[in-house]
Amino acid sequence: MRRFSKIVSTTTFIAVAITGLGLASSTVIAAGIKSDIEKGKEIAFNRKKGNCLACHMIEDGKLPGNIAPPLVAMQQRFPDRAKLRAQIYDATVANPNTIMIPFGRHKILTDEEIDLVTDFVHQL
Amino acid sequence: MKLSKLKKVILALTTAGVLGGAYSTAMATTPEEDLHNFREYFFKKFPGIPLNEYGNGVYAIDHGSRETWEAIEEFPPYEIALEKGETLFNTPFKNGKTYGSCFANGGIGIRQNFPFYSTKAKQVKTMEQVINECRTINGEKPLKWKKGDIAAISAYMAYTSRGKPMNVKTPTTPDEIKWYERGRKHFYAKRGQLNMSCANCHQDNAGNRIRADILSPALGHVTHFPVYRAKWGSLGTLHRRYGGCNKQVRALPLKAQSDEYKALEYFHSYMSNGIEVNGPGSRK
Ligand code: HEC
Ligand code: HEC
Repeated sequence: MRRFSKIVSTTTFIAVAITGLGLASSTVIAAGIKSDIEKGKEIAFNRKKGNCLACHMIEDGKLPGNIAPPLVAMQQRFPDRAKLRAQIYDATVANPNTIMIPFGRHKILTDEEIDLVTDFVHQL
Repeated sequence: MKLSKLKKVILALTTAGVLGGAYSTAMATTPEEDLHNFREYFFKKFPGIPLNEYGNGVYAIDHGSRETWEAIEEFPPYEIALEKGETLFNTPFKNGKTYGSCFANGGIGIRQNFPFYSTKAKQVKTMEQVINECRTINGEKPLKWKKGDIAAISAYMAYTSRGKPMNVKTPTTPDEIKWYERGRKHFYAKRGQLNMSCANCHQDNAGNRIRADILSPALGHVTHFPVYRAKWGSLGTLHRRYGGCNKQVRALPLKAQSDEYKALEYFHSYMSNGIEVNGPGSRK
C-alpha cells in the first residue's frame, strides 16, 4: 500500500516535471532564444543548481539568506571576469574554510553552467 | 604532567592530517581548552546571552520566533510521547526487570552524564545505546534507533533530568581522547558534495540566515534531545538529526549509533557541559 502510493507520487512528480519542462521550452520558443544572462540567472536561482540565494542577496531573488555579501556592483568588485569565474568555480582557493560551495571542483555545475552564471553575476 | 603532554601529542597528530585548511595550522588543544574556546566564541558573537540560554537553540538568539515557540511549549507537542515513554520505562520486561535496573539511580535524573566512556566496554556509550543493551541483556528485542519507543523512553529519562547541568566527564585517557578527537574532527571537517562542516553552519554562521532558516549555535545543541520536530511530526533522537544535517550537504548519512555519530555526540555534548538538560524540546 505504502509502496504503491510512493510509486504514484513519483510518477506524478515526473509528469509535473515533464510538463514543467515543456512549458519552459515553449516560452523559449515564444520569446525567441533566451539570453545567456537569463539562462545564468535561472541556474543561479535554481535550488538544485546554484542556489546562490541560500546565502547571497541578489536582485529579484526571493527569501535570500544573509550569510554572504550581497551580489551587487560586481564589475567594480571584479573588473576581471576570470577572477569572478574562479570564485564561483572553487571558492575554497581564496578561503579554504569558506562555507561557499566549490561548484566547479565538486561538479555541481558544469563548465558551461559556470560560464552562464558568471555572465549573469558579472552584470549585477 | 606526563599525561597531558601525551594528550597534546595525540591531539596534534590527529588534527594535523585530516582537517584541511584553517584547522590544520591551529595549535593543538586539550578538551578543557576546546571547551573554553568554544564557549568564548559564542559569548563574543552574542554578547549578553548567558550560558544556560544556549539550551534553547535558535530561540536563544532569535527573538522573532521565540514567542511562537514559547506558546508552543505551553502545550507541548511531545506530551503524549512523553507519557508513553514513562509507561514504557516503568513496564517490566518479561523477566520482571525494568529499564531502571540498567542505570545508576534507577535511570532517574541522569541524562546529564551521557554519553560516557565505558572503561569496561572500551567505547563511548550513549543513552539510547544503554536502553537497547538493557533490552537485549534482559531477553527483549532491541528497538529501532531514531524514533518511536526509543525516543519516547529517552525523552522521559531526559525529562526526569531537567535542570541538571550537562556533565560529560572530561576525556583524559588516550582512548577517551581518541573518541573525542574523532567527534571533533567530524564537527570541523568539510563533507558532502556541498563541502560544508557542521562548524561552517553552527559556529561560523550561527545567527545568520541560510535562506529563511536562522542557524542555531552548536553550543547547547544536545540539551533538549530527543526533540519533537513539526517537520517530522514526531520525536527524533540526536542521531536522526545528525543524519538530516549530513544529507543537507549531500553527504551520505551514517547509521544512527555508529561509532562515528557516537564520537560526534561525545564531542558535541562535552562542548555543552554546564548547560541544563531541558529535553525533550520542540522545534520547527
Ligand atoms: C552556502 C553559502 C553560499 C552559497 C550557496 C554561495 N555562496 Fe558565494 N559566498 C559565500 C560566502 C560566505 C562568501 C564570502 C567570501 C568567503 O567566504 O570566502 C561568498 C563570496 C562570493 C563572491 C565574492 C564576493 C566578493 O565581493 O568578494 C561571489 C562572486 C560569490 N560568492 C558568488 C556566488 C554565486 C554565483 C553562487 C551560486 C552559484 C554562490 N556564491 C553561492 C557563501 C555562499
Ligand atoms: C548547510 C548548513 C548546515 C550544516 C552543514 C549542518 N547543519 Fe545542522 N542545522 C541546519 C539548519 C538550517 C538547522 C535548523 C535550524 C537550527 O536549529 O539551526 C539545523 C539544526 C541542527 C540541530 C538541531 C538544533 C536544535 O536546536 O534542535 C542539530 C543538533 C544540528 N543541526 C547538528 C548539526 C551537525 C552535528 C552537523 C554536522 C554533521 C550539522 N548540523 C551540519 C543546517 C546545517
